[in-house]
Amino acid sequence: MFDIAATVIVLAAILVLYRAIKGPRIYDRVLSVNVIGTKTVVLLALIGYIYERPHFLDIALVYALINFIATIAFLKYRETGRLD
Amino acid sequence: MDIRTIIAGILLALGCFFIVVAAIGVVRFPDFYSRMHPAGKSDTLGQSLVLSGIMIYEGFSLVSIKLLIIIVFIFIANPTATHAVAKAAYVAGVKPWQKEDKVIK
Repeated sequence: MFDIAATVIVLAAILVLYRAIKGPRIYDRVLSVNVIGTKTVVLLALIGYIYERPHFLDIALVYALINFIATIAFLKYRETGRLD
Repeated sequence: MDIRTIIAGILLALGCFFIVVAAIGVVRFPDFYSRMHPAGKSDTLGQSLVLSGIMIYEGFSLVSIKLLIIIVFIFIANPTATHAVAKAAYVAGVKPWQKEDKVIK
């Protein structure tokens, strides 16, 4: 059950990767990377259940935080030209 | 197979459906602003459904509390990130898409 869901999510991430490579503007790429990162959070939680290691949930929680911070920081850098 | 596994499987299938729909929408929509619509809403719903399925499969423990924290954070953070992308693109001057015969020159 969990491995089928993980396979479907990986296929969806490959679909979004097409937009991240082809996207005409830089904002399309940022949006696609954000979507792939949030799929990665779900994938980490599912991997923790496939291999029966619940410590993967901590990695998923930290990855969700890092993904959000990275998107916000990159967009702030694009908007204002500096990060402080 | 007890009833909890069946409910978890149904929630996982629904979440995978929404995630695939979000991926197809991000690839197929014609414009940047319309591409933000599946990325902001459908993806958030799919993820929270999948994580709720895992939470029901697990039962009440510390692991399900962690999953609940992840769900709440994603519900707050993912639309905020999408809104930030929209604001940055609007400030940078990205024009919304229109039909060919209605373009204002």
